[in-house]
Amino acid sequence: MEERPCTILAIESSCDETAAAVVQNGRKVLSNVISSQIALHTLYGGVVPEIASRKHVEKINPVIMEALSQANMRLEDMDAIAVTYGPGLVGALLVGVAAAKAIAFAAQKPLIGVNHIEGHVAANFIAHPELEPPFICLIVSGGHTHLVEMKDYGEYEILGRTRDDAAGESFDKVARAIGLGYPGGPKIDKLAPEGVANIPFPRAKVEGAPYDFSFSGLKSAVLNYINHEEMLGHEIRRADIAASFQDAVVSVLVSHALEAVHDRGYHSLVMAGGVASNKGLRSAMSAACEKQGIKLYYPDPILCTDNAAMIGSAAYYEFMKGRVSGYDLNAVPGLKIGQR
Amino acid sequence: MQILGIESSSLVASVALWKDDVIVAEYTVNYKKTHSQTLLPMLDEIVRMTQTDLKEIDVIALSNGPGSFTGLRIGSATAKGLGLALEKPIVEIGTVEATAYQCFGYNGLICPIMDARRSQVYTGLYRYDAQGNFSEVFGQCALSVEELVEKLNTYPETVLLLGDGVPVYKELIERLAPGRFVYAPAFTARQRAATVAALGAVRFAQGRAIPAEASVPDYLRKSQAEREMEEKEQQA
Repeated sequence: MEERPCTILAIESSCDETAAAVVQNGRKVLSNVISSQIALHTLYGGVVPEIASRKHVEKINPVIMEALSQANMRLEDMDAIAVTYGPGLVGALLVGVAAAKAIAFAAQKPLIGVNHIEGHVAANFIAHPELEPPFICLIVSGGHTHLVEMKDYGEYEILGRTRDDAAGESFDKVARAIGLGYPGGPKIDKLAPEGVANIPFPRAKVEGAPYDFSFSGLKSAVLNYINHEEMLGHEIRRADIAASFQDAVVSVLVSHALEAVHDRGYHSLVMAGGVASNKGLRSAMSAACEKQGIKLYYPDPILCTDNAAMIGSAAYYEFMKGRVSGYDLNAVPGLKIGQR
Repeated sequence: MQILGIESSSLVASVALWKDDVIVAEYTVNYKKTHSQTLLPMLDEIVRMTQTDLKEIDVIALSNGPGSFTGLRIGSATAKGLGLALEKPIVEIGTVEATAYQCFGYNGLICPIMDARRSQVYTGLYRYDAQGNFSEVFGQCALSVEELVEKLNTYPETVLLLGDGVPVYKELIERLAPGRFVYAPAFTARQRAATVAALGAVRFAQGRAIPAEASVPDYLRKSQAEREMEEKEQQA
């Protein structure tokens, strides 16, 4: 007899997407509903926490109802309720956490608090059914830049992290400086191929921490370059700046990630997070990995962006280890990867 | 009939169960803003102690604002999650109004004041008549203490002040209008879920419940980013 699958309703509201999903056995996505607020925040040039929190309250029920309906399931059919409880914007997180707790309580289901960054890693379990830990993973998004060794489900060692700006954050800041607007990542990624990476922006190394990143110096170098060119009355070649900046970010991400793969004796690399859908990063990482015989995994763009399916996947493996949360689960805006 | 009352708009976290005109349980804590951690365990506690079957709840009465933006959202998201799971509606109750509702028996005007920061209070004016009917004199709004005192002085009746704005602004209020006001005693001076549930019963009977997904907090104020954007547009 076939074993009954474990079905989890997952909720995510850590930043500016209200999302819910139904996921079976951590791998099979029955629904993945995302309500994006990007258009709203674009007016302000970035995510406004108070507006994001207000929008989450409006959207949370319709998004959850839609996720259940698309999965053709009822709440009673769920084995557990999962929710992102950090890291992220505290006001935004609190909406998902409060709703998930109330649902778990009223429906008498176990509650599973999930780390958002671990969710990004788990997106790869959905995209690649054969993928299992251990492996090295590069997590790059608007708020996070981490290089980790995932030793087992739910077990992480942080090898490196950014000392200042997250990779995605630097994309947003540079995009604003060259007038591309928010969100910066996709806009720079689109413009970069039209330019030539001919401006020598710095590739920062952090002394004594070979896997750590630093992007604020790069961002300043770009801003200085723009000022300097304007002062000289030169035309600002936006496409060349985009190409050169992206090349500088990507080359550091590639070199650090491959170094970690080698040092730790692995033959595969996993990428996760919003910036993992950057075409420049994907092609450079693919080329470098191919050259060195490393198998590269990354999810489809829809699973790179913030979503709840990835939370449902990570939650399943937590659940299998017997890790459940109490009704006093709180939002933890600064939650670290691997922290319990 | 059974009603669950939820109040988390300020420092007070409170939940109550109303069953056929009886408050069978109320759990109120006025200590640190940790509603995210405390509200649901408190609800769990009263549900267990009263052996309540949540499925038998008819409606969720929610203190819906104004108040702390985060506090309101914790209450709202909790009520909406319960409503979704139990397939029950929400009846939204004004926080200031519910706070005034507890002063049954007072025969002057009732004026809750909540500290709204930025030198303002969230307030409103209510009364009970001799037959015990509760009514609104003016509805929930954000005013400076000076504006409020001036407004209250236009009424001849005595006015009872209550709420967390009292300790913050009492000195100023007494300077503006010495001896003009009466202050509520500690046991009836803050928000509580029992009054939210009881007023919820009245409103529910009037057919004023809405689907849980349609409920949103009544902040009374726009976000700072929106206000700044509007100011910029006005200047332009």
